[in-house]
Amino acid sequence: MPETVTLSVSRYRPEREAEPVFQDYEVPFRKDWVVLDALNYVKDRLDGTLSFRWSCRMGVCGSCGMMVNGQPKLTCSAFLADQPPGPIRVEPLRFFPVIRDLVVDLTDFLRKLKKVTPWIVREREQPLSEGEYRQTPEQLDAYKPFSMCINCMLCYAACPIYGLEPSFVGPAALALAQRYNLDSRDQGARERRERLTEPGGIWECTFVGECSEACPKNVDPAGAIQQYKVSSALAWVRMLLPRGGR
Amino acid sequence: MEQSSCDVLVVGGGGAGLRAAIAVAEADPALRVAVVSKVYPMRSHTVSAEGGAAAVIKPGDSLDHHAYDTISGGDWLCDQDAVEAFVKEAPEEMLRLEHWGCPWSREPNGSVAVRPFGGMKAERTWFAADKTGFHMLHTLFQTSLKYEGVRRFDECFVTRLLVEDGRCQGVVAIELATGKVLAILARAVILCTGGCGKVFPFTTNASIKNGDGMALAYRAGAALKDMEFVQYHPTGLPFTGILITEAARAEGGYMLNKDGYRYLQDYDLGKPQPKPVLRSMELGPRDRLSQAFVKEMEKGRTLKGPYGDYVHLDIRHLGEKLIDKKLPFVRELCKKYENIDPVKEMIAVRPVVHYMMGGVSTDIEGKTSLAGLYAAGEAACVSINGANRLGSNSLPELLVFGARAGRAAAAFARGAAEPGLAAAEQAHAEEQRLFELRGRQGGRERVATLRVEMQQTMEASAGIYRSEATLREGAGKLRELQARAVDVALDDHSQTFNTELTSALELQYMLDLAEAIVHSALERKESRGSHQRLDHPARDDKSYLAHSLALRREDGSPRIEYMPVKITRWPPGERVYGR
Repeated sequence: MPETVTLSVSRYRPEREAEPVFQDYEVPFRKDWVVLDALNYVKDRLDGTLSFRWSCRMGVCGSCGMMVNGQPKLTCSAFLADQPPGPIRVEPLRFFPVIRDLVVDLTDFLRKLKKVTPWIVREREQPLSEGEYRQTPEQLDAYKPFSMCINCMLCYAACPIYGLEPSFVGPAALALAQRYNLDSRDQGARERRERLTEPGGIWECTFVGECSEACPKNVDPAGAIQQYKVSSALAWVRMLLPRGGR
Repeated sequence: MEQSSCDVLVVGGGGAGLRAAIAVAEADPALRVAVVSKVYPMRSHTVSAEGGAAAVIKPGDSLDHHAYDTISGGDWLCDQDAVEAFVKEAPEEMLRLEHWGCPWSREPNGSVAVRPFGGMKAERTWFAADKTGFHMLHTLFQTSLKYEGVRRFDECFVTRLLVEDGRCQGVVAIELATGKVLAILARAVILCTGGCGKVFPFTTNASIKNGDGMALAYRAGAALKDMEFVQYHPTGLPFTGILITEAARAEGGYMLNKDGYRYLQDYDLGKPQPKPVLRSMELGPRDRLSQAFVKEMEKGRTLKGPYGDYVHLDIRHLGEKLIDKKLPFVRELCKKYENIDPVKEMIAVRPVVHYMMGGVSTDIEGKTSLAGLYAAGEAACVSINGANRLGSNSLPELLVFGARAGRAAAAFARGAAEPGLAAAEQAHAEEQRLFELRGRQGGRERVATLRVEMQQTMEASAGIYRSEATLREGAGKLRELQARAVDVALDDHSQTFNTELTSALELQYMLDLAEAIVHSALERKESRGSHQRLDHPARDDKSYLAHSLALRREDGSPRIEYMPVKITRWPPGERVYGR
């Protein structure tokens, strides 16, 4: 086993560089270290100027997504030992504006998240005194996988459509819309559909499927979007039928 | 310097903070409420909570049972009026979250399912598989988006509270993306910044858990309550400190020593049965289980690994189907981080710092000793957790006391005057301090070095077992570290997303809290719950049935006072488990 490994890290300090440059760091190679541990070694011991986000180090907060050797990864679960031999290239998530070093700007995503109405919409709220909305385990299973998204943005960095068309609402936000559409407690599907069949919505997706490949939580946004397209098309057909379906 | 203003400002966007913000918006839509957080809200550490959230909902359970479990679990240091309010309001808060879309696990008939948990005598823990905190946080965050009145300052790091005329009137914060210093003036401020596990070297806590809000309040003159009570969770993965949820034991997992023996039977926790028994063995409280580990280690009956001693958590007999349905995250974490499959192999675990029972001292409405300042969640000490929190009480606590603090702060803000000019002047002075720190050249100390020394000091002096000797030594070392921290050198002098600057500020926060913990522990000459003194091994209700209060002296060191515990219906008694 080698004793050290080179991290080749993308640096961009807007007060210093006009565009990103790579900087190499030698870090210990340890078999239980992930890329994030190596970055923290750099930050603590070698160069305090390197900036990146991280928090939970257990794959659930969604902060530490970066490109590792060209692939979108959570750096807290990308082991050094799993990388091919040679320097490990670490870059900010693709397709996002870079604020600094490995930190990207998520403002656009936060806007899109709100656009999909990611909350329960009801015509009538049941009073709390009447207890919970009943939901069987099967009804729960219908949307549960789409509720597992940690907003880590790996799917956006994997999505070629988002790369070409930044107005695309994108995989995570659309999967979340579908999560609420499929929730037996929700009645907001029509409201969401009106917004998400506009340009930038579901019809932009050409079903490349890279998003589902990149997802560390098996959310399958591509599957969610395909389902969504089918149900929207059906709703549209129903609308054309006499008496307009619903 | 940019100046904004609002009526109620919530610091922290985790479970308590979001619940508080929504409570303000619902109490009075005319109030301007804002949430300032150093991370995007969905990154907050609530996300890591796993096993569940306790609230009485099933027949056969009762509010009094929940209250008694909580009070005995807390070794009678809980304020019983707060506990009574907590158990009463928890079911409604949990139902509200259900109505907001939280994907609670269900019974076949569609009602909410519950599971057993440590120290609880009835099954009352609601769960969303074993990602309960994750689902609660995302549900709260997504729901908060529908309230147009809630403004957010995402990725803004709060550096001080503005206090004038004995009243908190806002905060100063650094906007990370630009480095701009913001003055956010407010009629009331609610601290919901969580705990400070990162004061210790081995913790389940995320890197952001530096006790920012506790330190901000402490520096502004508010009291910190019961800081000596630090919870070690008995089952963390060695090296990473990743939590393996108590639900693994609640579903029937065994704790085994190196001989494959269920050693908890030797520590007055009951007799081993094949199926889990409530308030017994593996379902004993966390403090007792973590203490049993140390005793077992002293007897030479633990296993040795590269990251210290460990024991085994065995869930193999639960079977793949149950594990995948109820403990999928346990399996995911073990596979990903330990390269083992708990369906087939035992999990190596050891006690790990998990939760601060102490925090900013508040009353039952979340009000601190400083006018206009409120606190809720782990950052606060109400106190419902006493000397040892029961598993699955922290999540409903976020909701109940987040909502209470939100309503109380809203009421206060309606009657409070506009923040004054003096507050804005203080903000300018703070901007100068930050400018000086960021630009400082030639300091001699590295943030990371001091942080490591602090963490090692805390483990050695204020770990699972403490004594006057270890605590005195720790107190001395922390004074030295405080002095050295003044001479910190930064490599990074830039404005844009300067995370070295924020880690220097976090280190200062943590050093203050470390001193508060050690001095509170030094003064409490008894053993109670998670605070175990080798030199004072018994509980002493005559002298210490009282909350400690740490107040900051001029020189930064803590002064310790006491206030009485509120007892309503449950006089102090023996903690009995397994018999």
